[in-house]
Amino acid sequence: MSIELKMPALSPTMEEGTLAKWLVKVGDEVKAGDILAEIETDKATMEFEAVDEGTVGAILVPEGTEGVKVGTVIAVIGGEGESVSALASAPAQPAEAAPATIAAERPAPAVRPADPVVPAGTNMRQVTVREALRDAMAEEMRRDSRVFVMGEEVAQYQGAYKVTQGLLDEFGPKRVIDTPITEYGFAGIGVGAAMGGLRPIVEFMTFNFAMQAIDHVINSAAKTNYMSGGQMRCPVVFRGPNAAASRVGAQHSQNFGPWYASVPGLIVIAPYDASDAKGLLKAAIRSEDPVVFLENELVYGRSFELPELDDHVLPIGKARIMREGKDVTIVSYSIGVGLALEAAETLAAEGIEAEVLDLRTLRPLDKEAVLASLAKTNRLVIAEEGWPVCSIASEIMAICMEDGFDHLDAPVLRVCDEDVPLPYAANLEKAAIIDAPRIVAAVRKVCYR
Amino acid sequence: MQLFQTPGDTILAKPASSRKAPAKAADGAENFALRSLQEALEKNPRFAASDDELLKFYEQMLLIRRFEEKAGQLYGLGLIGGFCHLYIGQEAVAVGLQSALDESRDSVITGYRDHGHMLAYGIDPKVIMAELTGRGAGISKGKGGSMHMFSVEHKFYGGHGIVGAQVPLGAGLAFAHQYREDGGLCMAYFGDGAANQGQVYEAFNMAALWNLPAIFVVENNGYAMGTAVTRGSAETEFHRRGTAFRIPGMKVNGMDVLEVRAAAEIAVAHVRAGKGPVLMELHTYRYRGHSMSDPAKYRTREEVQEMRENHDPIDAAKAELLKRGVAEERLKEIEKQIRSIVNESADFAENSPEPDMAELYTDVLVESY
Repeated sequence: MSIELKMPALSPTMEEGTLAKWLVKVGDEVKAGDILAEIETDKATMEFEAVDEGTVGAILVPEGTEGVKVGTVIAVIGGEGESVSALASAPAQPAEAAPATIAAERPAPAVRPADPVVPAGTNMRQVTVREALRDAMAEEMRRDSRVFVMGEEVAQYQGAYKVTQGLLDEFGPKRVIDTPITEYGFAGIGVGAAMGGLRPIVEFMTFNFAMQAIDHVINSAAKTNYMSGGQMRCPVVFRGPNAAASRVGAQHSQNFGPWYASVPGLIVIAPYDASDAKGLLKAAIRSEDPVVFLENELVYGRSFELPELDDHVLPIGKARIMREGKDVTIVSYSIGVGLALEAAETLAAEGIEAEVLDLRTLRPLDKEAVLASLAKTNRLVIAEEGWPVCSIASEIMAICMEDGFDHLDAPVLRVCDEDVPLPYAANLEKAAIIDAPRIVAAVRKVCYR
Repeated sequence: MQLFQTPGDTILAKPASSRKAPAKAADGAENFALRSLQEALEKNPRFAASDDELLKFYEQMLLIRRFEEKAGQLYGLGLIGGFCHLYIGQEAVAVGLQSALDESRDSVITGYRDHGHMLAYGIDPKVIMAELTGRGAGISKGKGGSMHMFSVEHKFYGGHGIVGAQVPLGAGLAFAHQYREDGGLCMAYFGDGAANQGQVYEAFNMAALWNLPAIFVVENNGYAMGTAVTRGSAETEFHRRGTAFRIPGMKVNGMDVLEVRAAAEIAVAHVRAGKGPVLMELHTYRYRGHSMSDPAKYRTREEVQEMRENHDPIDAAKAELLKRGVAEERLKEIEKQIRSIVNESADFAENSPEPDMAELYTDVLVESY
């Protein structure tokens, strides 16, 4: 049996190369591993090794030939004891078939369920966001023994921000685990534990520190299900405070919502009030997908009404109308929702009825809710506590341009933080971060008032 | 700076209520024997394999060798794209180590040079080769490629392309074994290059602190891509690198499958006894470049030739089998069978259709929202 040797592809980008030198001649016996030739690729000069044994039957491309296309037959090796003259050309193999790539239709997203109806007469309780988050974790830990919490100071210290308060007492050190200060490492351990069948909640003391661990959030957690053809799930929740706190300077004050929301394979949730914090964290823990759950330190201590239900779980991917209005839509999420509501109050006094839409989930984004509100009000402003460039605001604007253009009576405006690292000085910090008056001003502008 | 980290905080105190106290720490410094496993290996450095066992190792190593040669060939033909890291020369490591594991409960994770580990774990060569050629029948439906292959069924957790990432992930798998109390352990492989990543030591620290059932395996093939270990590592004795975390180390000749197996048994027994993680350094050599596009100019042809001719793990196993009186015919028969398995896998990989275009959008998320 004879073997055709073809011009090899020796790099991911090589299409042709130069046959620099033959190190064997016709009649030579070669065995696997022998260097047959030197080939210059687009990157380097490579040695071309024999993979089978036999006698060199013919050299079809002489040395020094340039521009030899990958796949060209350059030599023929005869099998053991085979005469050179008997070599015939074996059937040629197409180097590559180039089928026309016609992308299949992207499946339409499923219709998302609305929030479950709170039965009439349900007792409403004032609860802080901090307590709501803790209760969500505790309830899910009671429900599913695979759920555990790990992070810096989550156990003995009761949480750097007291979000995990009381969990160690109830669930013990096996399920409430203090880690060393080693974000990259414990994020990886959390992801590995999820791959191994557990349901980790990985707390970052703040998402600023998660930058050290972002490789595991994105490369290990978000991409694995796809890369494994759906075999390997990674049901992990990364949670902790995100965005600016108060007077902690640039390195501790950043909104990572847009970063994570840009990554396919992740769920990104950024709730505002206690009900959403609880209902969505419970949904996040139950999700089969990796979730980035962005909290806000300044909101932890705020109290909101929370329905007292046995199992308060809310749908991921569904925005919520926080205040109805007909004149303009203010889209926001997380702490920005409070500012938007404040702005709406001011605007109401001026006779402008603003609708406030809380995105709640940043990925998958509830595009339909944004467009439905826009269709109703025809004007839209986004309020985002974060940088303006490549932001969630940018994404909402793109959605309005692509799918809501016919409904627009004015350009969409965004109200974001100043495009600077967050300063420490109180006056500069205040100037850098969005507030209700700025939202009010933008709304007036889109209403031509 | 981290928040809330001031002197006097509880962070400085050793948490008393914490998880199972690490056995070694409890022993106290005076009883801390880092070399105990190494000494055990030196006392009995080779696994007493039966003829059948050695034949099995030979067969598995040869399968990896021939498979990888074929993969190299298919790459040359343009049927495999992107990066392709071959395991040729390192076969005894995966075969020797994995033969000592309990497939029903132990998990394995490695980096991007993963074909050999998968074959050693009994995963069908066809679906591996079909993944390499990017076909729908590939183990990851053609969406992972050479560096991203997984088999939950075989407890093989990848196949990870980011150098060193598999080490904390492996510690996490070990954590899951401990949490579930299933008696399993995780073997996490990485290279001498990955051994310089910071996250490796973060994982060592927690693995030792929490007494995780993990075997960390450094496959020291002498080169981190093109950088010789002496040019990239201040401490080239990688088995010592667990010392700072009280992880015992072992230095093993990774070109001798029986020594690898003997070492693996010692490590597995240590971990199964609940004594915490072990760090093994396997001295090995890759004959091919780092990846297919590596011209390998950082080492001499003579160096490679010397390893191939005098230290090849497959030749050595073959010589030993012949010396034991195993008929050459039997080895020839094995060789023939393997060639046909590999050719079959190549045919399958070449002739299977590419993934359906609808696969572009599947598996991004598990649930729909």
